[in-house]
Amino acid sequence: MTAKPRIKLPESAAPGEIIEIKALIQHVMETGNRKTPEGQPIPRNIIHTFTVTFEGATVFSADWGPGIAANPFVGFFFRVPGPGTLEFTWIDDAGERTVERTPLAVS
Amino acid sequence: MQNRPIGIHILDRRDVVLGTLASALFAKALSALPAAAATEAGQRSLAFWNTFRLLVGEAAPEEALVTLKLDEIAENGNNVPFEISVESPMSETDYIKTIHLLSTSNPQPAVAAFHLTPASGKAHVKGRMRLARTQDVIALAEKSDGKLLIATRRIEVTIGGCGN
Repeated sequence: MTAKPRIKLPESAAPGEIIEIKALIQHVMETGNRKTPEGQPIPRNIIHTFTVTFEGATVFSADWGPGIAANPFVGFFFRVPGPGTLEFTWIDDAGERTVERTPLAVS
Repeated sequence: MQNRPIGIHILDRRDVVLGTLASALFAKALSALPAAAATEAGQRSLAFWNTFRLLVGEAAPEEALVTLKLDEIAENGNNVPFEISVESPMSETDYIKTIHLLSTSNPQPAVAAFHLTPASGKAHVKGRMRLARTQDVIALAEKSDGKLLIATRRIEVTIGGCGN
C-alpha cells in the first residue's frame, strides 16, 4: 500500500446534510486461492478492515473478504454534524496500515 | 444443551459443529452424484449455506426494503460493481446496523460486511466485487432491533474472477 488513497467528498456541506463519501486505495487484494506457475500457493493478502471516524468516533466501517475486487473502492453516506476531521484507516493481512485524514468544510 | 427460554435459539459451538458435520455428509452424498456437483453455475455452495446459517440462525429474513443493484451480465468477474440500499429512518433508535454482501458460489462466500451508524444518515453502500461464476448474490441487512431483511439478485458471469 504505497500509493496515496483517494477520498472524494463535497467541497462544502451544510450541517445536517447527508453527503456521499467515496474512498479508493490501490491494493492487490490477493485472494489466497491462486497458485504460482510452479504450483506454490500465493498467500492471502487483502485489506480486511476499513474504518472511518469523525472527530474520533467511528461512523462507518467495513470487513472485507477475498471477494472484494483489487484496488478496493467504497462509497457510503454521512450526516454532517458540523465541521471536523474524517479519518480513514485501511488494514491489510500483512499488518500494513494506511491512514488518511480529510477535513470536512461546513458552510 | 442448557436450558434456554423457549423460542430463543442461540447458535453455540456444538450447533455449528453439528451443522458443519451435517453439511459435510451432505457434500459427500452430493459428490457421489456427478450431475449434482455443488459448485456448478448457479448452485449455492455448502460454504455459502454455512456462512448464511451462522448469520441468520433460525430467523427467516424478510424480503423487503433492501435493493441490491448489479448488472444482469458481468463480462469480467474480477470487477463487478454493486450498490446496496435499505429503506430506514436511520435514527438513534431505528437504524440499519450491518449490511452483509454474500456470494452463493465464490470460494469465500462472505464478501463484505458494512457497519453503519445513525450518523450514516442513509443505509446505502457501493463497491466492486469478484464473482467466480454465474450465481445469486445476496444482500442481508440487520436492523438495530435485530430484524433481518434480504434481497437476492441473479448475475450472469462471462469470465469468472476470484483467481481460481
